[in-house]
Amino acid sequence: MPERTILICRGTGCVSSKSPEIMEELENLLEVHGLAEKVEVKQTGCHGFCQRGPILIIEPDDIFYCEVKVEDVQEIIETHLEKGEVIDRLLYTDPQTGQHVPNYKDIMFYKNQQRVILQNCGHIDPEKIDDYISAGGYVALEKTLAMTPEEVIDVVSKSGLRGRGGAGFPTGKKWQFCRNAEGEPKYVICNADEGDPGAFMDRSILEADPHAVLEGLVIAGYAIGASHGYIYVRAEYPLAIERFAYALETARERGYLGRDIMGQDFSFDIEIKKGAGAFVCGEETALMASIMGKRGMPTPRPPYPAMSGVWGKPTNINNVKTLASIPVILSKGADWFASIGLEGCSGTAVFALTGKVANSGLVEVPMGTPLNKIIFDIGGGVPDGKTFKAAQTGGPSGGCIPAKDGEINVDFESLAAAGSIMGSGGLIVLDEDTCMVDLSHYFLSFTMEESCGKCPPCRIGTKRMHEILGKIKAGRGEPSDLQKLEELAYTIKNGSLCALGGTAPNPVLTTLRYFREEYEEHINNKRCPALVCKDLIWYTINPEKCIGCGICARKCPVGAISGEKKEVHVIDHEKCIKCGICFQSCPPKVKAVEKKTN
Amino acid sequence: MSSNIEDIINIHGRGPGNLIQILQDIQAEDSYLSVDSIASVSEAMAIPESRIYGVATFYKQFKFIEPGEHMIKICQGTACHVKGSTPLLDVLESYLAIKPEETTEDGKFSLERVACLGCCALAPVMVVDNEVYGKMTQEKIGELLDTLRNGGDE
Ligand SMILES: Cc1cc2nc3c(=O)[nH]c(=O)nc-3n(C[C@H](O)[C@H](O)[C@H](O)COP(=O)(O)O)c2cc1C
Ligand code: FES
Repeated sequence: MPERTILICRGTGCVSSKSPEIMEELENLLEVHGLAEKVEVKQTGCHGFCQRGPILIIEPDDIFYCEVKVEDVQEIIETHLEKGEVIDRLLYTDPQTGQHVPNYKDIMFYKNQQRVILQNCGHIDPEKIDDYISAGGYVALEKTLAMTPEEVIDVVSKSGLRGRGGAGFPTGKKWQFCRNAEGEPKYVICNADEGDPGAFMDRSILEADPHAVLEGLVIAGYAIGASHGYIYVRAEYPLAIERFAYALETARERGYLGRDIMGQDFSFDIEIKKGAGAFVCGEETALMASIMGKRGMPTPRPPYPAMSGVWGKPTNINNVKTLASIPVILSKGADWFASIGLEGCSGTAVFALTGKVANSGLVEVPMGTPLNKIIFDIGGGVPDGKTFKAAQTGGPSGGCIPAKDGEINVDFESLAAAGSIMGSGGLIVLDEDTCMVDLSHYFLSFTMEESCGKCPPCRIGTKRMHEILGKIKAGRGEPSDLQKLEELAYTIKNGSLCALGGTAPNPVLTTLRYFREEYEEHINNKRCPALVCKDLIWYTINPEKCIGCGICARKCPVGAISGEKKEVHVIDHEKCIKCGICFQSCPPKVKAVEKKTN
Repeated sequence: MSSNIEDIINIHGRGPGNLIQILQDIQAEDSYLSVDSIASVSEAMAIPESRIYGVATFYKQFKFIEPGEHMIKICQGTACHVKGSTPLLDVLESYLAIKPEETTEDGKFSLERVACLGCCALAPVMVVDNEVYGKMTQEKIGELLDTLRNGGDE
């Protein structure tokens, strides 16, 4: 038995910050130091704290090192493993108190979470099925197979689980519809398209705990009476696809998938379908068209997938997080799950907390947790002394909750009442440097590009809204534009075929509701208070401060800055593309480059 | 028909539901979908070319022109947007003197915008030849392009 285990994260985030090289170096140096027998190195999936990656945890000491570099490995071995001393500089620094926090459990980011769906993430090796089994995996499947399908659906219904793909439809009910539907064979689909740009919950779960999703999908198949499952994963997630494919292989070998699962009279298999870069394919009818090899365009509902889905057969479709909740519900019981969160909205919510927040990463909290708690107690608030302005949820279909409403509870109903939606879990924190007009314009450019073009309200409407927002951003807006935006929003919302168009105006509507004065500043005074909209800002060099170091002039990609060495430099506004490289590269002690608006 | 396309089709099967996978695999090998390869798929699967183009042009992943030696993808997802990915794109465009979806004249670089790479906690993010670069700045882009130009892989 090894005395210690070093867990090293190999999720996409940490891999990009060189965790495989660190793992290799660790293994080499442990060998050199004669510690290979005593210390086990284990790869894990995402801990959800990618921002501080690469992350390395030493057990049983429970020490959490972050932003580790290959060069640090030697010191970790000599100081920590050999001398038993904790290396202070690699510890997490609390952004509020400035203190180093050695233990995993004490870090605010983790301490204030309740991890149910993410319980295994970062603790097991996603490529070892035995790790999943020792953590209690496949117990739920065994239990399931000893029950009747109706009993399984009953447990899911009683748990109060609602779909985590965005709409929050009760999962038990959905399963029942599909079970009752006429037609053979039936299909179950896991929706891992994760189209919301700015969200990565589903990716992390697939990378860190693929068997949980797999088990959930098999249970769904049994409950509904399906023989075939699909998982539709976006192509931008190669590692998630690789890990899931490997999980399928090992599950088949162990008899958790394939013919006569666990020796019972139930056969079921799963096929991976890779998305090809279309946001609308997250919508269930479009997704099914894509699975059938067609253009991913939505079709009107009814018929609902439960009646007529892939290949015209009854089909059930659920999000990754919905399915990952299933094994826990079956093994710990419906009452246990229902006791978490709110009545009518049970369980936990998983968010990808990103944007202008000190601790960015994956967060899981009981449904109904106040927004402020997520942003401040877990996220550590807004960094760099800036102020919290708003939080965006639900991606391009959602809206912005202003800071003054930060006490709002995060659940399906409360967010909808505020004009936003829960969505599938993107939560982006915005500070004073975020321009709401620019953000609306950004979302509309996204929905406009992603509109499949089938129905005119969405195809033409989003384009018109985008044009108006572009005009306002450029300082050419007119006071009547705001009313035009609202009228268009109404038409698009009511006239679109699917929820892509039906929700596309939300980012504009919520920002108009809460930040109207910002639009008015752009229109009436040609000002962008957040200093973002390019046509309304400019950069200048303060002659009092410039020391003539020439760094900005060398960096400028268009040669817009001139000046003799040691003399004041100037920016040629004709040439300047306002990329801000001068602003960024001016030495912090000098700060001579300034950003201005009217 | 080149034997590779035949192999790929055989692996997936000729059912219409496999068309997207087949095109993905062909693109993974050839880096784009050439006129010839679409013609071969059409013949082998008995699907009209127009239908294949109809499907392939719907999805952003598919390319019909050979991309450059290095593929630079810059994330324009929400998390990256609020952390300043638009100016990063401006810098890339002016350094490379191309617009998104274009390739430099010397065939060295192609530029693409993507919506979220799932590394939002490291925003703003770029991917060059399948390697993820997080917490990018305008300055780092210049350095990265220089090393790529000089043939280094870092
Ligand atoms: C434009 C659009 C994009 C969507 N994208 C996703 C997605 O990426 N992931 C997802 O699970 N559901 C997405 N949905 C919701 C699905 O249509 C569907 O409701 C969901 O997969 C059902 O699963 P659930 O019952 O587990 O929530 C999207 C819907 C729309 C209208
Ligand atoms: S928004 Fe850029 S990686 Fe997610």
